[in-house]
Amino acid sequence: MMKTRRKHHPIRDTLGDRLFYAGCYLITALFMLAVLYPLVYILSASFSSAEAITSGRMWLYPVDFSLVGYKYILKYDAIWLGYRNTLLYTFAGTLINVAMTMTCAYGLSRRGMLGRRFFTMIFTFTMIFSGGMIPNYLLMKDLRLLNTVWCMLLPGAISAYNLIVAKTFIENSIPGDLLEAARIDGCSDVRFFFSIVLPLSKAILAVLLLMYAAAHWNAYFNAFLYLTDKKLYPLQIFLRQILVQSNMSADMLDPEAMAQMQTLQQILKYAVIVVSTAPMLCLYPFVQKYFRQGVMIGSIKG
Amino acid sequence: MKRDFPALRSLRRDLKRDWQMYLFLILPVIYIIIFAYVPMAGLQIAFRKYSARLGIWGSKWVGLANFEKFVKSYYFGTTLKNTLRLSVYSIVFGFPLPILMALLLNCIKSERYRGIAQTITTLPHFISVVVLVGIMFQLFNARYGLYGVVMRGVFGVIPDDPFATASNFPHFYIWSGIWQATGWNAIVYVAALSAVDPSLHEAAVVEGASRFQRVMHVDLPAILPTVVIMLILRMGSVMSIGFEKAYLMQNSVNLSYSEVISTYVYKQGLESSNADFSYATAIGLFNSIVNLVMISLTNFISGRLTSSSLW
Repeated sequence: MMKTRRKHHPIRDTLGDRLFYAGCYLITALFMLAVLYPLVYILSASFSSAEAITSGRMWLYPVDFSLVGYKYILKYDAIWLGYRNTLLYTFAGTLINVAMTMTCAYGLSRRGMLGRRFFTMIFTFTMIFSGGMIPNYLLMKDLRLLNTVWCMLLPGAISAYNLIVAKTFIENSIPGDLLEAARIDGCSDVRFFFSIVLPLSKAILAVLLLMYAAAHWNAYFNAFLYLTDKKLYPLQIFLRQILVQSNMSADMLDPEAMAQMQTLQQILKYAVIVVSTAPMLCLYPFVQKYFRQGVMIGSIKG
Repeated sequence: MKRDFPALRSLRRDLKRDWQMYLFLILPVIYIIIFAYVPMAGLQIAFRKYSARLGIWGSKWVGLANFEKFVKSYYFGTTLKNTLRLSVYSIVFGFPLPILMALLLNCIKSERYRGIAQTITTLPHFISVVVLVGIMFQLFNARYGLYGVVMRGVFGVIPDDPFATASNFPHFYIWSGIWQATGWNAIVYVAALSAVDPSLHEAAVVEGASRFQRVMHVDLPAILPTVVIMLILRMGSVMSIGFEKAYLMQNSVNLSYSEVISTYVYKQGLESSNADFSYATAIGLFNSIVNLVMISLTNFISGRLTSSSLW
């Protein structure tokens, strides 16, 4: 209550201004609706019966509540294999990403260090130029990384963009006095990193964690190019088979299900979308509060 | 005889002071050399006739033959046209919308509402390409999807499959992208807007400016440098229509609109049974060079016109 009262303007808004504000609310509300409706529709569809969806009776909340889609997911081995692999890649990959990015960002953050501009350049150049698909493929082949877990973890271990954001964050949020004081007390640069920089960088750590984790969770390109071994496939590859190619092979579903395939497929697809996407969408709002802080401080320099 | 160079001495002092900082850089630098610069050196196969036996450094030089082959091929025109069509379409609609979104959000007085709006509109960013394309296929399914249901309700007949018309491809491609990215891309502008000095607004209010006038004369100029930087970066990827989404959305009937350079590279280099690494690399390199030229050009122009530039 206090807050709103303090913000109250002494001058009343003119009619034009009030109309303008109403317009702002209206347009943003419409946009929210446009974003949210497809998501709500899919969520509700995944809990409805196929008949309710195709007849149009289901349009907002679940109709003829059923868990049949989820029931079949439970039996769908490929999805669980993909889920397990993706969890592994996301966990290990994000760990590598954050460790590499933070150490590198710290290494580049010291003002007056010899060669700092040069080293920064090495990384930022990768943002605007790269070897491309084939040379990268040949590299993975020559390193014997094709069809190993590593081809899902190593490429892209440092994203230049995230690196710059982290570097700018460290430069701007760790006071220079702190470094001076630490030096006088005989604190080494290594120790300074672990006992001062890291604890003060929680916001940027949260941002990096989310960005990298989401990238790994959703990664499909590397697996598509570098993996042929089904046992290593991440979830997204199986999702492509199910959602895009509509390819649910007979051995994945029992024969009884095959009979009512057509309608069941639809429900299964909605359920698969929910199961694969929900973790990231649920995680985001919790990390979001760090986002503004982290991204803002990190991107002040543009 | 020992001579004293002051520069060398201060260099040594700097190195002695900062040596631990270099420790932090060793691993990342080795990493980036292997995973980013070695492939760049691998680009030389675009000028060679690559054979697996002779390797990247040993295959025979052929000059610009691979580039010539591409420029003369039938696919040069179509892939270039398709790539540019998607790119220009997405810049024209996809670039201004996040700016508009941020300006609108900034005019919202209720912090709670603004927070909710931002959370909701950024959510689709975390949906994978595969799922995004899957969602699109589901919702616009002519028989089972929302589109089919609505069309049947209105017209009483099952509509044609919208994905079977090639010219629909760009619209689906671009608008699904806008649906997914507008909220996310607005974040950087929202951040820039929150840094606007409130006294500018107060002064404008005293002068009798309406809220709309303040948007045009205070907010917009304040975020202009950010807009320019984002535009430069965007121009640098004018030719990189990502492989993933275009490939996922491709079907046998929409190739005349959906075959872009990156999907063509993949097909020539990795998918085809007689894959030609050199040819595919040449096409990719051509693409990257155009991007590099575009980003440099935009950067140069904006450096001249405004004071914002990347380097």
